Amino acid sequence: MITLTIDGREIKAKDGATILETAREHKIEIPTLCYHEAISSAGACRICSVEVIRGDRSRIAAACVSPVEPGLVVKTNTEVITNLRKVLIELLLARCPKVKAIQDLAHKFKVKKTDFKTEDEDCILCGMCVRVCEQIVGKSAISLVNRGTKREVATPFYEASSACIGCGSCAVVCPTGCIKVEDIGDKRTIKKWKAEFKLQQCKMCGKYFAPEAQLEYLAKALNLPEKEFEICQNCRVILGKISKAEEQKSEQMKKLSLS
Amino acid sequence: MRISTLNDLERIKEKGLKSIFPKKTKITVGMATCGWATGAGKVYQAISGKLKKTKQKAILARTGCLGFCQREPLVEIFVPGKSRVVYKEMTPEKAQQLVADLGNGNLRPEWALCQLSDPLCPENLAPKEVEQIPQYEQLDFYKKQMKIALRNCGFIDPENIKEYIAKGGYFALFRVLSEMKPEQVIAEIKKSGLRGRGGAGFPTGIKWETGRKAAGETKYVICNADEGDPGAYMDRSVLEGDPYSVVEGMTIAAYAIGSNAGYIYVRDEYPLAVETLRKTIAQAKKSGLLGKNIFNSGFDFKIRISRGAGAFVCGEETSLLASVEGRIGEPRQRPPFPAQQGLWGKPTIINNVETLANVPAIITRGADWYAGIGTAKSKGTKVFSMVGKVQNTGLVEVPMGITLREMVFEIGGGVLKRKKFKAVQTGGPSGGCIPESLLHLPVDYEELSKAGSIMGSGGMIVMDEDTCMIDIANYFLSFLEEESCGKCVPCREGIKRMREILTDIIEGKGKMEDIKRLERLATAVAQGSLCALGGTAPNPVLTTLRYFRNEYEAHIKDKKCPARVCKNLINYFIVERKCNGCSLCIQACPQKAIIFKGKKKPVKLDMSKCIKCGTCLDACKRGAIEVR
Repeated sequence: MITLTIDGREIKAKDGATILETAREHKIEIPTLCYHEAISSAGACRICSVEVIRGDRSRIAAACVSPVEPGLVVKTNTEVITNLRKVLIELLLARCPKVKAIQDLAHKFKVKKTDFKTEDEDCILCGMCVRVCEQIVGKSAISLVNRGTKREVATPFYEASSACIGCGSCAVVCPTGCIKVEDIGDKRTIKKWKAEFKLQQCKMCGKYFAPEAQLEYLAKALNLPEKEFEICQNCRVILGKISKAEEQKSEQMKKLSLS
Repeated sequence: MRISTLNDLERIKEKGLKSIFPKKTKITVGMATCGWATGAGKVYQAISGKLKKTKQKAILARTGCLGFCQREPLVEIFVPGKSRVVYKEMTPEKAQQLVADLGNGNLRPEWALCQLSDPLCPENLAPKEVEQIPQYEQLDFYKKQMKIALRNCGFIDPENIKEYIAKGGYFALFRVLSEMKPEQVIAEIKKSGLRGRGGAGFPTGIKWETGRKAAGETKYVICNADEGDPGAYMDRSVLEGDPYSVVEGMTIAAYAIGSNAGYIYVRDEYPLAVETLRKTIAQAKKSGLLGKNIFNSGFDFKIRISRGAGAFVCGEETSLLASVEGRIGEPRQRPPFPAQQGLWGKPTIINNVETLANVPAIITRGADWYAGIGTAKSKGTKVFSMVGKVQNTGLVEVPMGITLREMVFEIGGGVLKRKKFKAVQTGGPSGGCIPESLLHLPVDYEELSKAGSIMGSGGMIVMDEDTCMIDIANYFLSFLEEESCGKCVPCREGIKRMREILTDIIEGKGKMEDIKRLERLATAVAQGSLCALGGTAPNPVLTTLRYFRNEYEAHIKDKKCPARVCKNLINYFIVERKCNGCSLCIQACPQKAIIFKGKKKPVKLDMSKCIKCGTCLDACKRGAIEVR
């Protein structure tokens, strides 16, 4: 454990933790847009910028990627930081004026309008979808391509990716909701990745519940028979309850018969 | 053959001296990229052909860049015991004439740039002073220069290890490996005051010490040769002209921090530098100066070349590491610093080409000597590539502390065509524009940064009265917009928006509040960006706002561009009383916008067709075209 100061409070933190994690643990609020505890942070949106003072040197750093150090003094809420966040929000608002997460952030920081010419994008290029696909799913079906203002998230050569299993993790972590997963009948479509998947029908309730490709991948990755994935989560829970009840019943019977 | 002892070195040194100063006439052509670009290849062939034809027994050799790139192709002719003259602006014809003149002793002083002398030249071969030709040290361009990093550039065959050793090369490494402990090497570099020449100016000794102290068996040394500032080519010249100095510097650095493997990260747009490095590394290996048990000391070191694809951001050290590892060249937040966690997570020190080229010289001549040059906090010399609207362009190595005025007006020879000086831009796209009122500033990390600019890696662009400062700020921003990796919001979106505001001003659509908006945005981009690219990107805007605010106001309030550059804010006029209808402008105009009105009658300009390209202005001999 090490000791540092955040917003005037002396705080004990785990060695190797980030400033953001530590602050949140102690209920100090730092706003974020591209942070998710399940995946590594990139420090892309910079909304979590804080002032970090080490000795007599002060600098501004993104809390999500800055490790705690003994004796650091962190200020999360100064005028400089607020002004910086406001400009960042204006920049994002100009890029994605219709995205709710950014509108909410603007509202919170009292940014009424953006000063810049507006565009109509919905992706802030934080790359969380790319990282979840690589780090959690283990597929890397999408990646960031090009650089600078031409940067975008794309599948290889802008064609349907053979690595994509249609799991939709990208859509789950996306802070702006710009990745849409549509399930109609036995078909799942992720338009952004030009991907279409056949869905598996639950052997019990008949509902289409997950892409076959994803279930196949899971069976392989977890080294389980494909049969394990023939019923949906709901039915599995019900089935679990039934078998548990039956187990209890038979145990009771055993006890009864023994007595 | 393998070089493992001091005796070996001394023996090679003798051989090298014979190669630099042979008993036969020697003709050397400057064949760095600047030479090739101006036709050194053809000059070399012409000389070779003429020598064969006339059956003259002269040696034909090549060398790197002597610095005076504007006067390339340069050809040096050494006649043992007689003369050693460098000729400028050679053409194949002129060069053949020089070969023809070898027999009759005509030295053609009218084509000469200067004559050279070298204390290393054996007395019996030493050239005599020739009248009418200035000495190298007397030229305005070289007078105030002091060459440490460029000490061998243009004086030796870069691919010949013997010539490098003849000039004192590898004696520093021998001393380090035979007499010094790693800690002593670090102490010596710290004492010298050497700071990173890539731009940020971090003390090299402290960087090495951090690398030394970092835990871990495997450590790396990386030479950052990803030079990318527009108009800057110092590192390329060192790699092309004196690659062994960099390799020796790297080997010393590796010994100091305890590393056995290094990389040179060089952009593939420098094919000649890459090729020269390949040969250098192969030769050094063959000579036992890279590889196992160097100088029988038990110290091993190998170097690999990692070629970059030329992204500007890869000069930033964390992006560079990602690129060497084969990942997308994007920066990450520091700490951890590369000296703690670098290449593949191992402690890594990254030094710039010029920094490393200084190292052997510091070891040879001592930290005190080096620390005696320069200012209180900036020691030694710095190489600049002086370009732009200046009389003498080329590579310039000056002692720290020299003033910008001395550089521009003495070494540079002042502004071209006797125009008025406006600003000098240092530090490339991350630097700033310094006005005439600050030309007294010394070349010094802190002083330049106080003025809002940076030392940077050594770009120096001189601008005259015809340069529009808003146009320049916009140019640098457009470069950075293109080169930003796009990872973080302030850099990617912020630079784009700054450009939008500047474009409005340039097009005459600016409002006074735009200046405040620019300042606010620039501050946020500088504060919020992930790496130094974004962190310094607003500098061109901030310094032009600071020193040339009146130009911004003229664009916005009066809708005028004082330098007459911004097309939306200028118009062309025919001055009727001066025009005699000679129709030169009519022939030149690509738009057919000028109408002939009869002999001796002034022409008419059709503004609806005019694209304000300025061709007519250049064509007119009577000053009858005006821009307002």
